[in-house]
Amino acid sequence: MSILKTENLTYVYSQGTPFEKIAVNKINIEIEKGEFVGIIGHTGSGKSTLIQHFNGLLQPTSGKIFIDGNDIWSNKENIRQVRFKVGLVFQYPEYQLFEENVFKDIAFGPKNMGLSEKEIKERVYDTAKLLEIPENFMKRSPFELSGGQKRRVAIAGVMAMNPEILILDEPSAGLDPHGRDIILDIIKNYHKKTGSTVMIVSHSMEDTAKYAEKILVMNKSELFCYDTVENVFRRSEEIEKIGLDVPQITRVFNKLRSHGISFGKEIYTVERAREVILDMLKKEGRI
Amino acid sequence: MIKDITLGQYFPSDSIIHRLDPRFKIVIMIVYMIMLFSGDSLICLGIGTLYTLISVVMTKISFKLYIKSIKPIFPFLIFTALLNIFFIKDGDIYFQWKFIKITSSGVDTSIFMIVRIVLLLIGTSVLTYTTSPIVLTDAIERLLNPLKKIKFPVHELAMIMSIALRFIPTLIEETDKIISAQKARGAELDSGNLIAKTKGLIPILIPLLISSFRRAEELATAMECRCYNGGDGRTRLRQMKSGISDYIALFFTVLFFIAVIIINHIIK
Repeated sequence: MSILKTENLTYVYSQGTPFEKIAVNKINIEIEKGEFVGIIGHTGSGKSTLIQHFNGLLQPTSGKIFIDGNDIWSNKENIRQVRFKVGLVFQYPEYQLFEENVFKDIAFGPKNMGLSEKEIKERVYDTAKLLEIPENFMKRSPFELSGGQKRRVAIAGVMAMNPEILILDEPSAGLDPHGRDIILDIIKNYHKKTGSTVMIVSHSMEDTAKYAEKILVMNKSELFCYDTVENVFRRSEEIEKIGLDVPQITRVFNKLRSHGISFGKEIYTVERAREVILDMLKKEGRI
Repeated sequence: MIKDITLGQYFPSDSIIHRLDPRFKIVIMIVYMIMLFSGDSLICLGIGTLYTLISVVMTKISFKLYIKSIKPIFPFLIFTALLNIFFIKDGDIYFQWKFIKITSSGVDTSIFMIVRIVLLLIGTSVLTYTTSPIVLTDAIERLLNPLKKIKFPVHELAMIMSIALRFIPTLIEETDKIISAQKARGAELDSGNLIAKTKGLIPILIPLLISSFRRAEELATAMECRCYNGGDGRTRLRQMKSGISDYIALFFTVLFFIAVIIINHIIK
């Protein structure tokens, strides 16, 4: 059974006013447990609206969302439990830090869950370790930290709730390339270690191709496709047509194919390209 | 839900009232307010109502929007009207039952109060519906200009006002975002007793305050980068020109005002 499923999920902003706008339109997806999903699309394509439905922050105008097979809106009282099950990290999460020290801020979510002091402490230290937040930071004010450190503390605040599904909206926005790699590696690590389902909203095709197993493409409020990375990039021409980039390396290999040099596989990371080329050279006996 | 708050909302259109010089509109507004409160008879109230209706029709803005501006204070109006009816004991007695006594003067006071406040609100709505906030603060600055002679910081005050107005929507959006983010961490905002509710506001207010300071600092830097150094020697993008229609509007307002004063005098 899929862990998350939507049925004709539709959301309309400002319904009944002149500003009415369909933000997501009849989305049907099924996400399996333990998958690492990249969500891509233009600004305003409905990505952020879509993910806010997954943890019950927005109630769909029509359609349903199932988590573990249960309709989350069948009992409104339980919506808070859904938010613990599905952790959502917003864009620029460092702007929601508010506690006097790092420990308390990370502990805010677990505390709301009603865990015992001991368990809260365990979770906070475990998560901090995972996110490479040094222990001597715990007593410091979150506002003294650097931008990248604040970001990690904020992400830790959600991760410490141990959600079954972790969703991050552009976790690397505004960071330098090094900081971006650190954050994405940490998330990948978390995924491997906990086996939980992870979804990342991103603008960058390169990053998504590198980290995700499956990709969900949104276009103009509608689901363009949801498939494995390989299958999505097989449609790279269509993806470029709706105005999204494909990774540079994919473009190079598409060009090679149009010149008659085919590798038979979709190439979307530099590592993979290297393997494929080495394989070919070996086969031809050149190395 | 937070987005429903309207604060002096501007409805762009092309009516005569929209085109009036904002400085005149403010002066007319002041005359109008004095007029509403200087008449003691029903005829004076009628003249005020007539004047208000004429201006509302001239704005070409749907009457429903004016009703919307009164709606929020309606319960308050009814409440004070009832207080007046029951607690003013002088004048002719209309109705008496045990300790409840309704008198002519109580009813009169209530009617006058309700009508005046409603007219006042509609009148101010005419001003804010037809004038954009930025133009309005500009006009206030011009009107207060003479105060510069006594070292009153007119330009600074106007700049503070326009910045405040400019950032209202931004802060509302920001608040919405922070509320969602804290809800995602399991924050409970609308349950529990008063103390729990107040405590629940901390995770929202602190980030909001911090981001306001951040924005203020960024804005100050951005203004300095563009060599902003106060109002001295600054010229304007929008020049305000007063024309014949402005004087006609002011003339008619003053005419109504004089009528109210005279009628008030005669009836007394």
